[in-house]
This record gives sequence, C-alpha cells and structure tokens, in this order.
Amino acid sequence: MTAEDTDDGDGDAETTGSATETATDVHDELLERLLEGDHRALARTISKIENRAPGYRALVSALYEHTGNADVIGITGSPGAGKSTLVDKLAETYREQGDTVGIIAIDPSSPFTGGAVLGDRIRMASTIGDMDVFVRSMSARGTLGGLSTATADAVKAMDAFGKDKVIVETVGAGQNEIDVVRTADTVAVLVPPGSGDAVQTLKAGILEIADVFVVNKADRDGADRTVQELLEMIELGERGGFGGGSSRGQSGHHHHDHDTAGHSDSSVADGDPADSKSDAVDTTPDHWTPPILETVATDGTGVDDLVGALADHQTYLERSGERDVKARQRYAEEIRTVLREDVHDLLAAELEARGSVEVLAEAVRDGETDPYTVVDEILDPLEACLAEIDRTPLERDSSSDGSTDTRR
Amino acid sequence: MSSEQEGTSIRCLVAKVGLDGHDRGAHVIARAFRDAGFEVIYSGLHKAPEEIVQAAVQEDVDVLGISILSGAHNTLVPKIMDGLEGYGAKEDTLVLVGGVIPEEDRPELMDAGVAAVFGPGTSMEETVEFVRENAPQR
Repeated sequence: MTAEDTDDGDGDAETTGSATETATDVHDELLERLLEGDHRALARTISKIENRAPGYRALVSALYEHTGNADVIGITGSPGAGKSTLVDKLAETYREQGDTVGIIAIDPSSPFTGGAVLGDRIRMASTIGDMDVFVRSMSARGTLGGLSTATADAVKAMDAFGKDKVIVETVGAGQNEIDVVRTADTVAVLVPPGSGDAVQTLKAGILEIADVFVVNKADRDGADRTVQELLEMIELGERGGFGGGSSRGQSGHHHHDHDTAGHSDSSVADGDPADSKSDAVDTTPDHWTPPILETVATDGTGVDDLVGALADHQTYLERSGERDVKARQRYAEEIRTVLREDVHDLLAAELEARGSVEVLAEAVRDGETDPYTVVDEILDPLEACLAEIDRTPLERDSSSDGSTDTRR
Repeated sequence: MSSEQEGTSIRCLVAKVGLDGHDRGAHVIARAFRDAGFEVIYSGLHKAPEEIVQAAVQEDVDVLGISILSGAHNTLVPKIMDGLEGYGAKEDTLVLVGGVIPEEDRPELMDAGVAAVFGPGTSMEETVEFVRENAPQR
C-alpha cells in the first residue's frame, strides 16, 4: 500500500519534481507542529486526511508511532436521540477530571451535491472557549468505505496530538456508520424513550456493537419501558450464548440504580462508582454484559454514571485482553479497506487505459461483447501477473502491522 | 484517482456573532452553500468572537462567513480577525461578512482582512460564485 502511494508520488514528481519534495517537507513540519500541540496543525492534518491530499498516507503512517494513549469512545443512535448534547456533557465531565478531549462529529452529506450542513457543533456549548476540547465536524463524503478509514485516521491524529479521550459521534443509520463507530474501543448506543419498535430494529446490527446502552431523555414518559425492553433484549442475547447471562444483566441494571442514588448526594464522579463497578467486572473478567444507563443530557443527570460505565468497559478491555483482539480486528479491517480502495483505483486506471468505460459500454450495447467478457479481458493479464508474484515480500508488511498492533 | 477528486470539498463556517438573533439570512446562506456542494458548519446564535475563532481553527475551514445585523461589526469583526491571526489562520481563510453593513464602514472591514462584504439583495449565485473563485487553495 505504501509502495502504491510512493508510486503515485513519483508519478507526480515527474511532472513537478520540486513540488513533491516540498509536500514532504510540509508534512514533516506539520507532524512536528502537531506533536508540539499546535491546534491548527491538528486541524490541517485532519483536513489532509479528509481530502486524501497527496501524501496524506505518509503523514498518517508517521502518526502511528505516537498513538495508543487515547481511550476511543463511539457514540451512536438515531437522529434526535441527543448524541451531540450528551457528547458535550461527557466532554465537560472529562475536562473536570483533567482529561483533554477530542471529538469527531460525523453528519451525513447530500448524495446529490456532496454538500452538508454539519450541525453537531451547535450543541457543544459547555466546553466552548476551551481549546483542550477539540471538536471536528466531518461529513460522510461519498466514498465507499472511505469514511471509516478517514475517521480512524482522524482518531489517530487526535491520539498522537495527546488527547486523553477521543469521542466519535455518528448517526447510527446504516452499515457505513456502524463501521465508523467500530473505530472506537467502547461503543455507547443511545436509545430515546418510547422507541419500542426502534428497539426491535436495533437488534439487527446495533445491539451487537453496543458496549453500553444509554436511555437518554430519561425524564420523558416511556423511559422505564425502554429500559425494560432493552433489558429483555440483552437477556435474550445472553441466554443464547451463556447460561447465567440473564441474572448478570439484571444485576448490571440494579447496579446502575444504586449508582444513581449514590450520585444524588455527591457530584464528584471519578472514584467511587468506577471502583465499585470494576469490582463487578472482576468477577467476570472474560465477559461483558452491556449495562443500561439512564441520562438526561440537557441537565447532565446520569452523565457521571455513564463516564463510570465507560471507564469500566475500558478496564474490562484491558483485563480480558479484549482490547488487543479488537485492535487486531480493527487493523485487519483497515488493511482490507485500504487495499480495496487501492485496487479499485488501480482497476479504474486500467479500465481507462483500455479505452474509457463509455466506449466499452457502447460496445456492449452494440452487441459486440458483454460485461463479463470485458471484465475477463481486463483481469486476465492482471491475474497472470499475480500468479508470477513471489509472495514473500508480504511478510514485511505483516511484521510492521504486528508492531503497530501492540499499541498497549 | 477518483476518490481523491471526490475527497475535496470547500469547508465553510457560517457564524452568528454577538447579540443578534436574526439568523434567517445565515440559514439561507448555509442552505445555499450546502446545495452548492460545500460543507457547512453552522455556529448557532450569539457566539463570542473567540468561539468563532476556535471553531474556524478546529474545523480548518476555507471560508468564514460572518453574519451581522446588529450594527456591531466594527467591534466584532476585527476581534475575530485578530483571533485568527493569533492562530496563524488569517492568511488562508476567506472571510466574508454579510448583513446590514453601511457603505462607509466597508473600507475598514476590508482593511482588517475581510475579503468581501455582501449586503442585502446580494444573490445567492453571486456569493457562491465568489466563494468558488476565491476559496484558498491549500
């Protein structure tokens, strides 16, 4: 992949030799400034990642060795569930704990014009004026699978910058968003009250990715019922896999009630609830049942508990070794995605070289050939090349991936 | 590469600054920018100049459109420009001001680094075209 990228760079270099060299210098300088804590350098780095600016891959590669210190939290849920408001309160709580926070808020873009109005920032008012909360809005630009790669890379940039917590917020509407939120270590799924049927639809996909459920707007009618429905759903899932799952699910919920009670007298959140919860984790180090938390993001109710639950999950990941497993899965997915994109580009170029796709399409329309034959004609020489390749060089790739894998 | 071409998009921050609750214009321009294929970040109402600067820097916008109908532009706009300069962002951010700006105030704003002032009656096409032509190449 890197080789591919360098090839591209060389291609550019033939036309504008010095320009490419300057680009490398610019990236080196950018990286240096980013590591020094220059906000604008971070902002520009993320822009380069988003734009897939020439040479951005080298920049991201250079970021990798500086990453691994941030806890990455994904927040997803249906539109209007209160994600942005909750993220705002989470950021505020983390800041009170002394952690620095990076937020990546992803909004959909128009599939027709590519334009987007990114409105999450409006809701993030609690921490405004505090540069240690870095909010970045990203649009889901129309690249297949590209969004999750771009998000993962932007997370890397924030991690390398030194953010303690990186929060990725996205609408949980489809596969693309689920892929995005998978870039996080811990995923919180927001469920608004009264979405009984919505809970049913959550089953497909979102249930599996939730490490924590949050019933936001818990002061509204139907919150209890939604909690109950979620509980039943989790129990159902547990019973499928584990014998004693159901009781654990209940104790998880009970635990949360206890915490809420505890929190009404003290607003200091950091120590106790987290500790008591990690005791609970202790007893089941190899298994995690998603707890259900109730929050009212607008006034901050329950946010401390949520912070505690997120911390518990981080502890669980650490102790169970699940973090490494997740990281491996994530990097495997990243490798596949980047490879797919590159092959796509490679084939697009090949298609162009064989006469544009319009010409070929016209040939099919004329009845001269058919799509399968065309594809075979294009791919056969490539397959012949692949058959001759000595595959040992890939070993180098996998060993370098291995080194990034052990990020903790 | 196809994906690279798709990747680039003009990023704009549409900002309402100060004690000014009239956001119809800002909404309309945000919508027009979106339909032109730009990525628009809307600040929300009643933002302080520092907040606008913070958002512009973090979002790394190419274009900052400030909407002011309160008459406080002579105070607020220079504050924003100074703030941008503090982050080294003044040079390559295209700053536009929209709203009710008297003719005699315009030279001062332009001196402060504003690229253009769009008053009432400016067509959307004109504004979008101006952004397309003048958005900084990075």
